[in-house]
Amino acid sequence: MSTALKEWPLWEIFVRSKQGLEHKHCGSLHAADAAQALDMARDVYTRRQEGVSIWVVESKAITASNPDEKGELFDPAADKIYRHPTFYDIPDEVGHM
Amino acid sequence: MRAAIDYLLHLADNALVLGQRNAEWCGHGPILEEDIALSNVSLDLIGQARLLYQLVARLKGGNTSEDKLAYFRDAHQFRNYTLLELPHHGPLSGYAHSSMDYGTTIVRNFLYSALMALLWEALEKSADAELAAIAAKSLKEVRYHLRHSRDWLVRLGDGTDESHARAQAAVDHLFPYTAEFWADSPAEEAAIKAGVGVDLQTLKADWNAIVDAAFAEATLQRPTVAGYVPEGKLGRHSEHLGFLLAEMQSLARAHPNGNW
Repeated sequence: MSTALKEWPLWEIFVRSKQGLEHKHCGSLHAADAAQALDMARDVYTRRQEGVSIWVVESKAITASNPDEKGELFDPAADKIYRHPTFYDIPDEVGHM
Repeated sequence: MRAAIDYLLHLADNALVLGQRNAEWCGHGPILEEDIALSNVSLDLIGQARLLYQLVARLKGGNTSEDKLAYFRDAHQFRNYTLLELPHHGPLSGYAHSSMDYGTTIVRNFLYSALMALLWEALEKSADAELAAIAAKSLKEVRYHLRHSRDWLVRLGDGTDESHARAQAAVDHLFPYTAEFWADSPAEEAAIKAGVGVDLQTLKADWNAIVDAAFAEATLQRPTVAGYVPEGKLGRHSEHLGFLLAEMQSLARAHPNGNW
C-alpha cells in the first residue's frame, strides 16, 4: 500500500501528426506517472486524429530559458544575417537544393 | 436469419447499455482526463451498437431502423448482460442513495472488455461478412478499453487502503454477474450453429487468464461464484434497466418522428 499522491505531477505532451516528422508540443496534463500520462494524452489530445505518436515529459524535467534574459540571449543574433546560408551562388547543374 | 438477428441484438444491446451507463460520467468524471476517456469509451460503444442495429435493420427490412431498435423497445426486449445495466455503485437497501463509484465503473469495464477483446477477435472469422467487419473495427476499440480499465484496476487495487477496499467491494459485487457470460442462450446456440456466432466456452480459459493476471497484479481476490445466474440476455433484467432506458429513450419517444 502506498499513500495517495495529494497532487499529481504535471506532464508536457508532444504529438506527431501523420504528415509531420517531429513531435510538437500540444499541451499539458496531470497524471500519476508516465504510463498514465501517455494514456490520458491519447484520450485528450488525439481523439480527433491529431497524431500517430505521443511523447510525454514531466514538466519539471524541462529547463527553460529565462524570459528576462531574452535580450542578451537572442537579440545579438538579430544583425548576423550572414549566418543564414543565403549568400551562395548555386550552379544551375545542382538544381533544387 | 432469425438466429443472426437475435445474436446481433444481444451484441448491440450490450454495447448500447454499457455506452449509456458510462456516459453518465460525462461532466462528472473524477478528473478531466478520465471524464474525456470515459466519454471516448462510450462513443466507441455507441458506435458499435449503431453498426449492429443498422445491420439488424437491414436483415429485418420493413420500417425497422437503428433508432426504432434503440429507442422503441422496452426492457424485456433488450438482450444485454445484466452486468452492464447495473448502476455505478454497489447494492443499496431501501431508499438509500449513493454517488457513483469509479471503482465499480472500472471493474465492470474491465470484466466486459476482457471478454469482448476475445470475442471480437474470434468474430473476425464469423460467417457473416458484415459482422466480421464490425468485429475488426470494434476489436481495436475494445483493446484500448481493456488497457484503460486494466490500468486503473491495478492502480486502484494496488493503491491506497481506501481504493483497494472499494475496488475489492466492486469485484465482490460485480463478479457473480459474469456467470451469465458462460450460460449459452438459444440465440447464441443458433448463431454458433450457423457459423455466425462464437461459442464463449472456447474463450473462457483465455478470459480467466486475463482476469487472474490482472487481479494478481492489483492484489484483488477473485470471489468464488455459485448460485443464481443472471438472465439479461434472455430479456429478464434487474430493476435498473428500466430506469436507464427511461432516461435514454425519453427524448426519442417525446418526438417519435424527430430527425437529428
